[in-house]
Amino acid sequence: MMRPDEPSAGQPNLAHRLEINTDIARKMLTGFIKDEIEKIGMKRAIIGLSGGIDSALSAYLAAEALGAENLLAVRMPYRTSSPDSLLDADRIIESLGLPSLTVPITDMADPLINQFPAMSSVRKGNIMARLRMTILYDQSVPWGGLVMGTSNKTEILLGYSTIYGDSGVALQPIGDLYKTQVRQLSAALDIPESVRQKPPSADLWEGQTDEGELGYTYADVDQVLYLLVDERYTVEEVIDEGFAGDFVRGVWRRVKANHYKRTMPNIAKLSRRTIGHDFLFLRDWVG
Amino acid sequence: MRLNVGLAQIYPKLGDLRVNLEKHLAYVEQAAQQQVDLLVFPELSLTGYQVQDLVPEVAIRPRGDDPVFAPLLHASKRMDIVFGFVHQDERERYYIADAYLSGGAVVHIHHKLYLPTYGMFDEGRFFDQGESVRAFDTRFGRVGLLICEDFWHVSPPYLLWLDGADILIFNSASPSRGLDAGDRLSGTRWVELVNQAYGSLFTNYIFHCNRVGYEDGKNFWGGSSVVDPNGELLLHGTYFDEKLLTCAVDLNQLHRTRSRLPLLRDERPDLVLRELTRIQGKDSQR
Repeated sequence: MMRPDEPSAGQPNLAHRLEINTDIARKMLTGFIKDEIEKIGMKRAIIGLSGGIDSALSAYLAAEALGAENLLAVRMPYRTSSPDSLLDADRIIESLGLPSLTVPITDMADPLINQFPAMSSVRKGNIMARLRMTILYDQSVPWGGLVMGTSNKTEILLGYSTIYGDSGVALQPIGDLYKTQVRQLSAALDIPESVRQKPPSADLWEGQTDEGELGYTYADVDQVLYLLVDERYTVEEVIDEGFAGDFVRGVWRRVKANHYKRTMPNIAKLSRRTIGHDFLFLRDWVG
Repeated sequence: MRLNVGLAQIYPKLGDLRVNLEKHLAYVEQAAQQQVDLLVFPELSLTGYQVQDLVPEVAIRPRGDDPVFAPLLHASKRMDIVFGFVHQDERERYYIADAYLSGGAVVHIHHKLYLPTYGMFDEGRFFDQGESVRAFDTRFGRVGLLICEDFWHVSPPYLLWLDGADILIFNSASPSRGLDAGDRLSGTRWVELVNQAYGSLFTNYIFHCNRVGYEDGKNFWGGSSVVDPNGELLLHGTYFDEKLLTCAVDLNQLHRTRSRLPLLRDERPDLVLRELTRIQGKDSQR
């Protein structure tokens, strides 16, 4: 059987270059979560738990960093959400001993969706992602914690996310790990096999899989992204490594087209000193 | 001669002089209990690293009447202290600086020579660069002081070596990067390799103090170390965690190593100068 992090037949295999020391990753990421939250005088976080590997890994890291009792896991199923995902989310909550909450979104999403009968799946998916963001930010107030993001480097680069939806968070602990590296770290943290082995899915509609929608596997695209981004290869140099030209060019086009999702909206500069231009302070600039 | 060196691998709070000063004084106290003779703090230990537009707010003038500088001067009566700060000069220019204090007085101030302004670094936007590299005398012998990128260029350590420094003190705020399958980050491997190379090539002592903590998602890896004149790591600090590391150093090792390996004796600065002059195009005849 092909392992999920193995490149497709005919593709170069650079998988070893994406291998990480999981002990160091664990130390740096748990430290980051704890630091980022305590720095602003809090000790708690809240996370949307889908049952997928990204939110599972983020929850494991946050529970280790903050103590399980300080991480509120919220399940927010829509009526078409896979029951297996809910079960997996339960498994994670149980194995970590997390406080949890279930807030179904069907009754919030459908009144809006039903007003526009021709609505595409993507639009529906975006509505769901933004409702989940709304719920997490709302619940973060009574809980008194920061909203944890669960995006990985692959999807942030490809823009495979909903702006102001799953990208609307306070911190992104696994945003510098490619999907295949997320799998490595998840294995090291003993995250349940069922969570690690199932095909990745945004679960926004029935039968959706990431790799089906993207048109390539994470194992393949991670190698290309690694060369383009981490190693600063040009598109032509990546093709010279043996990757298909259309594939590489398509990936880079997608990275470029989605850059707006990775930056703050531009502010039109008028004054001598303008936010976003020359008003320069770290986000960690706290009183 | 023996020297007990302390490396205060701290996590400075960004932009908070008061909190950081207290932390410095607490480390002096802790170091005093461990009979430390020389205590080294990281780059910009008084201010945090990415100060950006906070520069004017955190800059100090290293004088006895400065409320942040004065307590450190006072503390240097207990042990020699090296720490990092933003130096505002008489003409209101700002530098990334290190001060070497001893016996209640300023022995030396170093301005960072190389300001990394590429990739994730943006120092040249906020700071002026230093213009001199000078060794100086201390009660432990002649010392050279360099800040982070300064020792990523080979010339400043080389010049200090020729200027008589037997001990090179390096401090840094080096962000963690290059996670791969190795036992250390690739950035860490690189710095450790370089430090060991300087110890070996110059038959010198190298004291390196690197900060820990986080700023906007960047982590700093610590791993402060001491390299002896044989290029061996006498102290190989813990990674990532805040800690006072101490190491007993036998300065007599300098003469023992240099008897075996007279690299300093045989160095030819006149040759270097001649060839540099030629390379610079000022004397193309030779």
